[in-house]
Amino acid sequence: MGFFNSKAVFSSLFLVMVAVSLVNSAALAQATPPPQSTPSPSADDINAIARQLYCPVCENIPLDVCETTACEQWRALIGQLLAEGKSEQQIKDYFMLNYGDRVLAEPPRYGLNWLVYILPVVFFVIGIFILYRVLRQMRRAKAPVNPQIPDKPSGVTQEDTYLARVEEALRERKERK
Amino acid sequence: MDETTESIEVSETPDEKRHVPVWVIVTAFAVLLAFLGLIYWGLTHAKQGPVSLGQKVPGFDLVTFDGQQISTDDLAGKVVVVNFWASWCTPCESEAAAMEQAWQMYKPGGQVVFLGVDYVDTEPEAMGYLQKYNISYPNGPDLRTSISQLFRIRGVPETYILDADGHLASIQIGPFQSLDEIVSTIEGVLQSQ
Repeated sequence: MGFFNSKAVFSSLFLVMVAVSLVNSAALAQATPPPQSTPSPSADDINAIARQLYCPVCENIPLDVCETTACEQWRALIGQLLAEGKSEQQIKDYFMLNYGDRVLAEPPRYGLNWLVYILPVVFFVIGIFILYRVLRQMRRAKAPVNPQIPDKPSGVTQEDTYLARVEEALRERKERK
Repeated sequence: MDETTESIEVSETPDEKRHVPVWVIVTAFAVLLAFLGLIYWGLTHAKQGPVSLGQKVPGFDLVTFDGQQISTDDLAGKVVVVNFWASWCTPCESEAAAMEQAWQMYKPGGQVVFLGVDYVDTEPEAMGYLQKYNISYPNGPDLRTSISQLFRIRGVPETYILDADGHLASIQIGPFQSLDEIVSTIEGVLQSQ
Protein backbone atom coordinates (compact mmCIF):
# COMPACT_ATOMS: atom_id res chain seq x y z
CA MET A 1 0.00 0.00 0.00
CA GLY A 2 2.83 2.27 0.98
CA PHE A 3 4.42 1.66 -2.42
CA PHE A 4 1.18 2.41 -4.23
CA ASN A 5 0.59 5.46 -2.11
CA SER A 6 4.03 6.88 -2.77
CA LYS A 7 3.65 6.12 -6.49
CA ALA A 8 0.34 7.96 -6.50
CA VAL A 9 1.92 10.87 -4.66
CA PHE A 10 4.81 11.04 -7.17
CA SER A 11 2.36 10.85 -10.07
CA SER A 12 0.28 13.63 -8.62
CA LEU A 13 3.39 15.73 -7.99
CA PHE A 14 4.54 15.14 -11.56
CA LEU A 15 1.16 16.16 -12.92
CA VAL A 16 1.15 19.29 -10.76
CA MET A 17 4.64 20.21 -11.93
CA VAL A 18 3.68 19.75 -15.58
CA ALA A 19 0.56 21.83 -15.06
CA VAL A 20 2.51 24.56 -13.28
CA SER A 21 5.18 24.64 -15.99
CA LEU A 22 2.49 24.84 -18.68
CA VAL A 23 0.80 27.71 -16.89
CA ASN A 24 4.15 29.46 -16.42
CA SER A 25 5.12 29.09 -20.05
CA ALA A 26 1.72 30.40 -21.11
CA ALA A 27 2.11 33.34 -18.76
CA LEU A 28 5.63 34.02 -20.05
CA ALA A 29 4.41 33.84 -23.60
CA GLN A 30 1.87 36.49 -22.72
CA ALA A 31 4.33 38.64 -20.78
CA THR A 32 6.99 38.66 -23.48
CA PRO A 33 5.96 40.97 -26.29
CA PRO A 34 6.18 39.47 -29.72
CA PRO A 35 9.24 40.61 -31.69
CA GLN A 36 8.47 43.82 -33.54
CA SER A 37 8.37 43.32 -37.24
CA THR A 38 9.39 46.75 -38.52
CA PRO A 39 9.46 46.86 -42.27
CA SER A 40 12.93 47.06 -43.72
CA PRO A 41 13.62 50.66 -44.75
CA SER A 42 13.79 51.48 -48.43
CA ALA A 43 16.81 53.04 -50.14
CA ASP A 44 14.85 56.29 -50.38
CA ASP A 45 14.26 56.31 -46.62
CA ILE A 46 17.95 55.76 -46.02
CA ASN A 47 19.06 58.35 -48.57
CA ALA A 48 16.66 60.95 -47.18
CA ILE A 49 18.77 60.91 -44.02
CA ALA A 50 22.07 60.14 -45.72
CA ARG A 51 21.94 63.30 -47.82
CA GLN A 52 21.95 65.31 -44.60
CA LEU A 53 25.21 63.72 -43.49
CA TYR A 54 28.81 63.95 -44.65
CA CYS A 55 31.41 61.31 -43.97
CA PRO A 56 34.63 62.91 -42.61
CA VAL A 57 36.74 60.54 -44.69
CA CYS A 58 35.41 61.81 -48.02
CA GLU A 59 34.89 65.50 -47.41
CA ASN A 60 32.34 67.54 -49.36
CA ILE A 61 30.53 64.46 -50.65
CA PRO A 62 27.09 63.84 -49.17
CA LEU A 63 26.67 60.38 -47.75
CA ASP A 64 23.89 59.40 -50.17
CA VAL A 65 26.17 59.68 -53.20
CA CYS A 66 29.48 58.68 -51.61
CA GLU A 67 30.82 55.38 -52.93
CA THR A 68 33.49 54.49 -50.39
CA THR A 69 33.27 51.47 -48.11
CA ALA A 70 33.01 53.71 -45.06
CA CYS A 71 29.97 55.47 -46.55
CA GLU A 72 28.37 52.17 -47.49
CA GLN A 73 28.78 51.05 -43.89
CA TRP A 74 27.23 54.28 -42.68
CA ARG A 75 24.24 53.87 -44.98
CA ALA A 76 23.81 50.30 -43.74
CA LEU A 77 23.93 51.64 -40.19
CA ILE A 78 21.21 54.18 -41.01
CA GLY A 79 19.10 51.33 -42.39
CA GLN A 80 19.72 49.33 -39.23
CA LEU A 81 18.76 52.24 -36.97
CA LEU A 82 15.63 52.92 -39.04
CA ALA A 83 14.66 49.25 -38.74
CA GLU A 84 15.06 49.59 -34.99
CA GLY A 85 12.44 52.32 -35.10
CA LYS A 86 14.73 55.31 -34.57
CA SER A 87 13.51 58.66 -35.86
CA GLU A 88 15.43 60.87 -38.27
CA GLN A 89 16.51 63.22 -35.49
CA GLN A 90 17.60 60.32 -33.28
CA ILE A 91 19.75 58.94 -36.08
CA LYS A 92 21.33 62.32 -36.75
CA ASP A 93 22.00 62.71 -33.02
CA TYR A 94 23.61 59.26 -32.98
CA PHE A 95 25.96 60.18 -35.81
CA MET A 96 26.73 63.55 -34.24
CA LEU A 97 27.53 61.92 -30.92
CA ASN A 98 29.77 59.29 -32.45
CA TYR A 99 31.49 61.20 -35.23
CA GLY A 100 31.21 64.85 -34.27
CA ASP A 101 29.27 67.87 -35.51
CA ARG A 102 31.08 68.02 -38.82
CA VAL A 103 29.15 65.04 -40.18
CA LEU A 104 26.01 67.16 -40.33
CA ALA A 105 25.29 69.07 -43.52
CA GLU A 106 23.75 71.85 -41.41
CA PRO A 107 25.78 72.79 -38.34
CA PRO A 108 23.80 72.39 -35.11
CA ARG A 109 22.48 75.66 -33.72
CA TYR A 110 24.62 76.34 -30.68
CA GLY A 111 27.77 78.23 -29.67
CA LEU A 112 29.88 79.70 -32.46
CA ASN A 113 27.82 77.74 -35.01
CA TRP A 114 25.21 80.47 -34.70
CA LEU A 115 27.55 82.74 -36.65
CA VAL A 116 26.92 80.62 -39.73
CA TYR A 117 23.24 81.51 -39.53
CA ILE A 118 23.46 85.06 -38.22
CA LEU A 119 26.35 86.59 -40.17
CA PRO A 120 24.86 86.19 -43.66
CA VAL A 121 21.67 87.93 -42.52
CA VAL A 122 23.67 90.70 -40.82
CA PHE A 123 25.83 91.24 -43.91
CA PHE A 124 22.75 91.21 -46.13
CA VAL A 125 21.05 93.88 -44.04
CA ILE A 126 24.23 95.99 -43.98
CA GLY A 127 24.55 95.59 -47.74
CA ILE A 128 20.95 96.70 -48.30
CA PHE A 129 21.52 99.72 -46.05
CA ILE A 130 24.69 100.73 -47.92
CA LEU A 131 22.94 100.28 -51.27
CA TYR A 132 20.05 102.43 -50.09
CA ARG A 133 22.42 105.20 -48.96
CA VAL A 134 24.38 105.12 -52.20
CA LEU A 135 21.25 105.22 -54.36
CA ARG A 136 19.87 108.08 -52.31
CA GLN A 137 23.08 110.05 -52.74
CA MET A 138 23.11 109.37 -56.46
CA ARG A 139 19.55 110.63 -56.79
CA ARG A 140 20.39 113.79 -54.90
CA ALA A 141 23.43 114.40 -57.07
CA LYS A 142 21.16 114.40 -60.14
CA ALA A 143 18.64 116.81 -58.58
CA PRO A 144 18.88 120.65 -59.37
CA VAL A 145 21.34 122.62 -57.28
CA ASN A 146 18.72 125.03 -55.87
CA PRO A 147 15.40 123.25 -55.84
CA GLN A 148 12.19 124.99 -54.79
CA ILE A 149 11.46 124.56 -51.17
CA PRO A 150 7.71 124.79 -50.76
CA ASP A 151 7.61 124.91 -47.00
CA LYS A 152 9.68 128.10 -46.81
CA PRO A 153 7.41 130.89 -45.66
CA SER A 154 8.82 133.51 -48.03
CA GLY A 155 8.93 131.11 -50.98
CA VAL A 156 11.87 133.08 -52.36
CA THR A 157 14.79 131.41 -54.04
CA GLN A 158 17.94 132.59 -55.78
CA GLU A 159 16.14 132.19 -59.09
CA ASP A 160 13.36 134.53 -57.91
CA THR A 161 15.92 137.09 -56.82
CA TYR A 162 17.66 136.89 -60.14
CA LEU A 163 14.40 137.27 -62.06
CA ALA A 164 13.43 140.19 -59.87
CA ARG A 165 16.74 141.88 -60.65
CA VAL A 166 16.25 141.24 -64.36
CA GLU A 167 12.74 142.64 -64.24
CA GLU A 168 13.96 145.68 -62.36
CA ALA A 169 16.72 146.25 -64.85
CA LEU A 170 14.23 146.01 -67.72
CA ARG A 171 11.89 148.44 -66.00
CA GLU A 172 14.74 150.96 -65.49
CA ARG A 173 15.65 150.55 -69.12
CA LYS A 174 12.09 151.31 -70.22
CA GLU A 175 11.92 154.32 -67.96
CA ARG A 176 15.14 155.68 -69.40
CA LYS A 177 13.69 155.37 -72.87
CA MET B 1 16.40 137.48 -49.47
CA ASP B 2 19.98 136.67 -49.87
CA GLU B 3 20.07 135.54 -46.27
CA THR B 4 17.16 133.24 -46.91
CA THR B 5 18.89 131.79 -49.92
CA GLU B 6 22.11 131.30 -47.98
CA SER B 7 20.26 129.60 -45.18
CA ILE B 8 18.65 127.26 -47.66
CA GLU B 9 22.00 126.44 -49.20
CA VAL B 10 23.52 125.75 -45.79
CA SER B 11 20.71 123.38 -44.84
CA GLU B 12 21.16 121.46 -48.11
CA THR B 13 24.88 120.83 -47.59
CA PRO B 14 25.37 117.02 -47.89
CA ASP B 15 28.00 116.89 -45.10
CA GLU B 16 25.42 117.95 -42.57
CA LYS B 17 22.87 115.40 -43.75
CA ARG B 18 25.27 112.44 -43.44
CA HIS B 19 25.16 112.30 -39.68
CA VAL B 20 25.46 108.66 -38.57
CA PRO B 21 25.08 107.99 -34.84
CA VAL B 22 28.34 107.24 -33.06
CA TRP B 23 27.00 104.02 -31.62
CA VAL B 24 26.32 102.70 -35.12
CA ILE B 25 29.90 103.38 -36.18
CA VAL B 26 31.32 101.83 -33.01
CA THR B 27 29.11 98.76 -33.34
CA ALA B 28 30.02 98.35 -37.01
CA PHE B 29 33.72 98.51 -36.20
CA ALA B 30 33.30 96.12 -33.27
CA VAL B 31 31.50 93.58 -35.46
CA LEU B 32 34.14 93.94 -38.16
CA LEU B 33 36.97 93.49 -35.66
CA ALA B 34 35.28 90.47 -34.08
CA PHE B 35 34.82 88.93 -37.49
CA LEU B 36 38.46 89.53 -38.44
CA GLY B 37 39.52 88.10 -35.07
CA LEU B 38 37.47 85.00 -35.73
CA ILE B 39 39.05 84.54 -39.15
CA TYR B 40 42.51 84.99 -37.62
CA TRP B 41 41.76 82.42 -34.92
CA GLY B 42 40.47 79.95 -37.49
CA LEU B 43 43.49 80.37 -39.75
CA THR B 44 45.92 80.08 -36.85
CA HIS B 45 44.15 76.99 -35.60
CA ALA B 46 44.20 75.41 -39.05
CA LYS B 47 47.89 76.21 -39.44
CA GLN B 48 48.90 74.44 -36.23
CA GLY B 49 49.28 71.08 -37.91
CA PRO B 50 49.77 67.77 -36.19
CA VAL B 51 51.42 67.22 -32.82
CA SER B 52 55.11 67.46 -33.57
CA LEU B 53 57.84 65.17 -32.34
CA GLY B 54 59.05 65.94 -28.83
CA GLN B 55 55.89 67.86 -28.03
CA LYS B 56 53.87 66.98 -24.95
CA VAL B 57 50.71 65.20 -26.06
CA PRO B 58 47.56 66.45 -24.28
CA GLY B 59 45.81 63.74 -22.29
CA PHE B 60 42.80 61.98 -23.75
CA ASP B 61 40.33 59.29 -22.79
CA LEU B 62 39.47 56.20 -24.77
CA VAL B 63 36.28 54.30 -24.04
CA THR B 64 36.85 50.79 -25.28
CA PHE B 65 34.28 48.65 -27.08
CA ASP B 66 33.76 46.70 -23.85
CA GLY B 67 33.06 49.89 -21.89
CA GLN B 68 36.41 50.31 -20.15
CA GLN B 69 37.63 53.90 -19.84
CA ILE B 70 41.35 54.43 -20.31
CA SER B 71 42.93 57.79 -19.63
CA THR B 72 46.44 58.47 -20.92
CA ASP B 73 47.03 60.52 -17.77
CA ASP B 74 46.86 57.25 -15.85
CA LEU B 75 49.49 55.71 -18.11
CA ALA B 76 52.28 58.07 -17.07
CA GLY B 77 55.63 56.27 -16.90
CA LYS B 78 54.70 53.88 -19.70
CA VAL B 79 55.31 53.98 -23.42
CA VAL B 80 51.95 54.31 -25.18
CA VAL B 81 51.45 53.09 -28.74
CA VAL B 82 48.37 54.79 -30.25
CA ASN B 83 47.28 53.09 -33.46
CA PHE B 84 44.55 54.66 -35.61
CA TRP B 85 42.69 52.21 -37.82
CA ALA B 86 39.30 51.46 -39.39
CA SER B 87 37.58 48.34 -40.63
CA TRP B 88 37.12 49.88 -44.10
CA CYS B 89 40.83 50.64 -44.36
CA THR B 90 42.61 48.01 -46.44
CA PRO B 91 46.19 49.09 -45.55
CA CYS B 92 45.27 48.75 -41.87
CA GLU B 93 44.78 45.04 -42.39
CA SER B 94 48.36 44.60 -43.50
CA GLU B 95 49.70 45.67 -40.09
CA ALA B 96 46.89 44.37 -37.85
CA ALA B 97 48.38 40.94 -37.18
CA ALA B 98 51.87 42.35 -36.59
CA MET B 99 50.50 44.90 -34.13
CA GLU B 100 48.87 42.14 -32.12
CA GLN B 101 52.12 40.13 -32.18
CA ALA B 102 54.03 43.14 -30.93
CA TRP B 103 51.45 43.62 -28.16
CA GLN B 104 51.89 40.00 -27.10
CA MET B 105 55.65 40.60 -26.89
CA TYR B 106 55.42 43.72 -24.71
CA LYS B 107 52.35 42.82 -22.66
CA PRO B 108 54.16 40.77 -19.98
CA GLY B 109 56.74 43.52 -19.34
CA GLY B 110 54.07 46.11 -18.61
CA GLN B 111 56.30 48.91 -19.87
CA VAL B 112 54.45 49.39 -23.13
CA VAL B 113 50.70 49.92 -23.59
CA PHE B 114 48.89 49.59 -26.91
CA LEU B 115 45.73 51.57 -27.65
CA GLY B 116 43.71 51.05 -30.81
CA VAL B 117 41.60 54.01 -31.92
CA ASP B 118 38.88 53.10 -34.40
CA TYR B 119 38.44 56.07 -36.72
CA VAL B 120 35.04 56.89 -38.30
CA ASP B 121 33.80 53.33 -38.26
CA THR B 122 30.68 51.36 -37.47
CA GLU B 123 30.76 49.13 -34.43
CA PRO B 124 29.66 45.79 -35.96
CA GLU B 125 32.31 46.03 -38.68
CA ALA B 126 34.92 47.16 -36.17
CA MET B 127 34.17 44.20 -33.91
CA GLY B 128 34.39 41.89 -36.90
CA TYR B 129 37.80 43.34 -37.76
CA LEU B 130 39.09 42.86 -34.19
CA GLN B 131 37.86 39.28 -34.17
CA LYS B 132 39.34 38.54 -37.56
CA TYR B 133 42.83 39.55 -36.45
CA ASN B 134 42.43 38.36 -32.83
CA ILE B 135 43.33 41.80 -31.56
CA SER B 136 43.36 41.77 -27.78
CA TYR B 137 44.83 45.14 -26.77
CA PRO B 138 42.34 47.85 -25.76
CA ASN B 139 40.43 49.27 -28.70
CA GLY B 140 37.66 51.83 -28.83
CA PRO B 141 35.88 54.21 -31.15
CA ASP B 142 37.15 57.71 -31.72
CA LEU B 143 34.05 59.35 -30.30
CA ARG B 144 33.27 62.67 -31.98
CA THR B 145 36.67 62.20 -33.71
CA SER B 146 38.21 64.02 -30.77
CA ILE B 147 41.37 61.88 -30.54
CA SER B 148 42.10 62.00 -34.27
CA GLN B 149 41.61 65.77 -34.21
CA LEU B 150 44.02 66.03 -31.31
CA PHE B 151 46.70 64.26 -33.34
CA ARG B 152 45.41 65.84 -36.56
CA ILE B 153 45.73 62.58 -38.41
CA ARG B 154 45.66 62.68 -42.19
CA GLY B 155 44.26 59.19 -42.67
CA VAL B 156 44.50 55.63 -41.42
CA PRO B 157 46.54 53.75 -40.46
CA GLU B 158 48.72 56.06 -38.45
CA THR B 159 50.63 55.18 -35.29
CA TYR B 160 51.89 57.59 -32.66
CA ILE B 161 54.23 56.48 -29.89
CA LEU B 162 54.37 58.49 -26.67
CA ASP B 163 57.36 58.12 -24.39
CA ALA B 164 57.09 57.58 -20.64
CA ASP B 165 56.88 61.34 -20.06
CA GLY B 166 53.98 61.71 -22.44
CA HIS B 167 55.97 63.37 -25.22
CA LEU B 168 55.51 62.30 -28.81
CA ALA B 169 58.49 60.12 -29.64
CA SER B 170 57.57 58.54 -32.98
CA ILE B 171 55.12 58.98 -35.83
CA GLN B 172 54.30 56.32 -38.38
CA ILE B 173 52.17 57.49 -41.30
CA GLY B 174 50.79 54.50 -43.16
CA PRO B 175 51.12 50.89 -42.13
CA PHE B 176 54.15 49.28 -40.53
CA GLN B 177 55.66 46.86 -43.01
CA SER B 178 56.60 44.14 -40.52
CA LEU B 179 56.73 43.10 -36.89
CA ASP B 180 60.45 43.94 -36.87
CA GLU B 181 59.70 47.51 -37.88
CA ILE B 182 57.20 47.90 -35.04
CA VAL B 183 59.56 46.36 -32.51
CA SER B 184 62.56 48.40 -33.60
CA THR B 185 60.52 51.61 -33.39
CA ILE B 186 59.29 50.82 -29.88
CA GLU B 187 62.77 49.73 -28.79
CA GLY B 188 64.13 53.02 -30.04
CA VAL B 189 61.69 54.88 -27.81
CA LEU B 190 62.42 52.65 -24.82
CA GLN B 191 66.20 53.07 -25.18
CA SER B 192 65.99 56.83 -25.53
CA GLN B 193 64.57 57.13 -22.01
